[in-house]
Amino acid sequence: MKYQIRLSGDEIRLMQEVKARSGVDLAKCYQCGECTAGCPMTPEMDAGPTKTLRLIQLGMEEALFDLNTPWLCASCETCTARCPNDIDIALVMDVVRQMARLKGKKIPVKEPRIFQDVFLKSVENNGRLFEPGMIAFYNLRSGDLFHDVGLGPKMLLKGKLPLLPHTSKNREKLREIFRKAEALEKEAGKKASEEAHDESGH
Amino acid sequence: MTYAYYPGCSLKGTAIDYHTSALALAERLGIELKEMEDWVCCGASPIHQRNPALASGVANLLLSLSEGISKDVAVLCAACYHNMKKAEVEMREDGKKRNEVEELSGIPFNPEVRTRHFLDILDKDYGLNALKEKVVKPLSELRVACYYGCLLSRPPEIAFDDPEQPMIMERILEAAGAETVSWSHRLECCGASHAVPLTDAVLRLVNDVLASARDAGADIIACACPLCQANLDMRQEGIRAKLGVAHNLPAVYFTQLLGIACGATGKQVMIEKGMVSAVPLLRAKNLL
Amino acid sequence: MSKIGVFVCHCGENISRTVDCARVAKASGQIRGVAVAKDYKYMCSDPGQALIKNAIKEHKLDGVVVSACSPHMHEKTFRKAVTEAGLNQFLCEMANIREHCSWVHEKEEPTTRKAIELVRLMVEKVKRNMALEPIRVDVTKRALVIGGGVAGIQAALDIADGGHEVILVEKDPSVGGHMAQLSETFPTLDCSQCILTPKMVDVGSHPNIKLYTYSEVEKIEGFVGNFKVTIKKKARSVDIDKCTGCGECQLKCPSKKIPSEFDRGLKNRTAIYIPFPQAVPARPVIDREHCIYFTKGKCKACQKVCPTEAVDFEQTDEYVEEEVGGIVVATGFDLYTTDKQGPYPDYKGYGEYGYGEDPDIIDGLQFERLASASGPTGGAIQRPSDGKEPKSVVFLQCIGSRHPSKGIEFCSKICCMYTAKHTMLYKHKVHHGTAYVFYMDIRAPGKGYDEFVRRAIEEDGAVYLRGRVSRIYRSGDHLIVKGADTLSGAAVEIEADMVVLATAVMPQPGIEGLFQKLGISYDQYKFASEAHPKLRPVECATAGIFLAGACQGPKDIPESVAQASAAASKALILFSRDQMLREPVVAKVNENTCIACWYCVEICPFTAISKKDIRDRQGNLIKRVAEVNPSLCTGCGTCAATCFSNSIDLDGFTDEQIYSEINSLMAVGQDLFPEPEKAEGDSPDEKAA
Repeated sequence: MKYQIRLSGDEIRLMQEVKARSGVDLAKCYQCGECTAGCPMTPEMDAGPTKTLRLIQLGMEEALFDLNTPWLCASCETCTARCPNDIDIALVMDVVRQMARLKGKKIPVKEPRIFQDVFLKSVENNGRLFEPGMIAFYNLRSGDLFHDVGLGPKMLLKGKLPLLPHTSKNREKLREIFRKAEALEKEAGKKASEEAHDESGH
Repeated sequence: MTYAYYPGCSLKGTAIDYHTSALALAERLGIELKEMEDWVCCGASPIHQRNPALASGVANLLLSLSEGISKDVAVLCAACYHNMKKAEVEMREDGKKRNEVEELSGIPFNPEVRTRHFLDILDKDYGLNALKEKVVKPLSELRVACYYGCLLSRPPEIAFDDPEQPMIMERILEAAGAETVSWSHRLECCGASHAVPLTDAVLRLVNDVLASARDAGADIIACACPLCQANLDMRQEGIRAKLGVAHNLPAVYFTQLLGIACGATGKQVMIEKGMVSAVPLLRAKNLL
Repeated sequence: MSKIGVFVCHCGENISRTVDCARVAKASGQIRGVAVAKDYKYMCSDPGQALIKNAIKEHKLDGVVVSACSPHMHEKTFRKAVTEAGLNQFLCEMANIREHCSWVHEKEEPTTRKAIELVRLMVEKVKRNMALEPIRVDVTKRALVIGGGVAGIQAALDIADGGHEVILVEKDPSVGGHMAQLSETFPTLDCSQCILTPKMVDVGSHPNIKLYTYSEVEKIEGFVGNFKVTIKKKARSVDIDKCTGCGECQLKCPSKKIPSEFDRGLKNRTAIYIPFPQAVPARPVIDREHCIYFTKGKCKACQKVCPTEAVDFEQTDEYVEEEVGGIVVATGFDLYTTDKQGPYPDYKGYGEYGYGEDPDIIDGLQFERLASASGPTGGAIQRPSDGKEPKSVVFLQCIGSRHPSKGIEFCSKICCMYTAKHTMLYKHKVHHGTAYVFYMDIRAPGKGYDEFVRRAIEEDGAVYLRGRVSRIYRSGDHLIVKGADTLSGAAVEIEADMVVLATAVMPQPGIEGLFQKLGISYDQYKFASEAHPKLRPVECATAGIFLAGACQGPKDIPESVAQASAAASKALILFSRDQMLREPVVAKVNENTCIACWYCVEICPFTAISKKDIRDRQGNLIKRVAEVNPSLCTGCGTCAATCFSNSIDLDGFTDEQIYSEINSLMAVGQDLFPEPEKAEGDSPDEKAA
């Protein structure tokens, strides 16, 4: 088998870190599978949300960050809406992505991460999203230079793509929030791992 | 009736037809959508996928821009609505969360501010009876599949209608004379922002949605979200090429249909913008 | 000077985990009037009780405070112990330092201080307690059983066989309850009707049972041994003495499209109807809401055709009074519905399953009717929409149950078993069909139960999938069920012809109204609460009222029947004595100060106060005063609070006692919380007075 579990009492730390970041208590998850049942992305996923939550419950960090599941989550929140235990599963997926990034983990499926980055970069640069620029950057970064290249001219013809980015006077305020949030998430990571460490009695 | 209008980025770009038709409709109904100044992008899905706290911080900045216009922020895009409403509800109900967001954004939260989707405004504030009075060209014989997608009603805390069986768009379009169909995929996800990085998955999801609408006998799909509309409309060609299914089912904004019903011309609601043109259908039904 | 003994219990660790019991004893010993104070690990045990008894004798105590659990738990135990040591039992009081203190606070200084204060209150009260004698009252040896399902039937038959009269009240036109609706029963697959209907007949003909069907309990007064019950006999519109049950009226009734309650909406009934052929009594009733005569003023077809002139449109609701000594509550259950506006408005339905609007999504009881030989299809499995035999049926467990986000956390206990049974019944009738079951855990701990579930899987080929279902929607001729199987980790999609939902077992909608009339407590879901979950599982905290069946929580048939017999035996124990003892906590009037304003007479909820003439030896009226009948008085204290001249006191709870308790909290100039001495042995700490 790919993973063996050797439990030593430390496994609860991963669940505690997720809780510290998201406020979500995964002890509530009884593994009913309703999230996987309703998830639109399961055909592309390796594990599905239910198993992802199980890996967190068992502290299987290595296995967790190997999964493509959190990166394929479309954020539709069907899982969150129907979870019998009111667990915000979509938020857990966000937090797993966030943790993987902060911990410098290798991401098993690169495209969604690249899209996230170029999207937010465009927003941070201009205050508003500049769609043509964002797509061009995406194609460069992903190496898929001709992705959706057929759509571009059609949309231009339809007048659906602006040629120049819009900017906003609040761009600076936005950047400030981005900077602060970045500092906070790093701090929260340190705090969370310290707390988890304390709570697990080490 | 004046609302602080937050268009969001798509409505100034790929969804310019949504923006234009909504303004045309609002004008005919006597609703003023006053655009908030110097708005920024809400960050859509990528922002909370990167950092949930960041999404709330930006949403709080956006909510604060309504000051001086109205306490009700009118939103058309489902992703914008979702981010702003979620942050607003969380801040109102959770004092700790509110402090954190206020600290991060450096802006005090005004608990009186309400994020309102335009559908909700039409239904609750304007009223269906008043709307009926404005209809000059009933959408009769037009069989519409109302598509909600996911973000308008999830999580249930932000829904403005029954989160599992919403009927608000049906009510509104029926008030304009349309016939709505009952179909299974009204709330299924279209893949949203995965359209770019995971195109094949989105083709699969959109194909399911289109097939369900077609099987239910719909002539046209009405959307209330620029991401939904873009996927449903622009991906049909990809579906034909990759999956070998030709749907040829127009997907337009509900505001375009309502605008036409209230007497706007096709040009005023930019009906010609769709990749799968709704023009022949609407002409056949004598609506253009 | 009083000589009070204080006995502080550790309750194993229940109290001592957060309260320093030795210190509580030490501090208690310093309260004025306390002659002895001790702590011990288990005060309720034999050595603990011996400790109290010895202290009473040794120190000649005139009052005892046991500082331990709630008086509900052990007041009787300790009163008995002090009586054995020669002290009047009402000179013993309990200070509750468990439920009121150790269980609800952390281990910190204020917790021990609070325990000391609770003891001090009780010491001050006990100093002013008086020796009282219990009140003796006659016992009415008749029982009321509410609910005519299998539990009510069993309880009624047992009490009646024990030689006492039973009043059985059933709200529906027939007894039988839900068990009469079932096809076959697990784990033996014997026919439900075959084992139930003989009991229904017995109930209808037993000389000791008075059966009121189509009736409801309207009002209850009195107390254990002496309840007065008002029963509302709803107008049946049929004289059941004249009626022969021939059924002509049903055939002629033109209003034929009313969904049958018995067939759970899968079949229609008429407005005048006998709920099912085996009903007891087998007499019809007119459903006035749907009867054409009652709604439109014209028709009377049933009356015209009745050969015995039994139809009586003029009949009105009738009220009868019955006196009983004990009550068995057996009001049973109903099923949660997935509707948006169901009978349980506090719970959201299942929009993701279409709010129960698709005819081919049915519940467990509907499936029972489909599988029943007496059902709408004569026992053939046919789906409701078009009567087609379903080739695949998906069974969903835990619908409503174990679903906190829908508002219900409990497990409904019976669904695992009946779902396994359903798959068998289905496979026995549709050999080429497939039964799929979505489950979370299989709970089959009864005798022969797990073997039964294995049989469904191994012999009848039911496909069990471990997971929940996120959505059900219609696609043409099929229902698409989108679930997951967590064992394989896969999402599962099934094209089903019919879906059966094992919905949560809930109390009857609105049953809390009856529970309030009875004065019994119930939980958040409106299930009736037992007095103690382990040691008094069939009694209510309200004396003389017993519980049987699913009104207390989800139960299967064997459990309901067992509990019904247990409740019956509790009633029979009550009836084994001619007289019973009651707490002497009753109001007493000071005749010297009573000003005869009669406010107490008017306000007493139990009409226990009357006007008494006081005459001199010659018989001349001197004055009139209020007088309390101690056998009617419940000690509620309303009169004492109302009395203008402060002439009424409650024995055991006098104003003086209450005020001295309050005053003790404000005592100043004393060291109220002395620190314990450092060097202390393990022996119970004792203070010489």
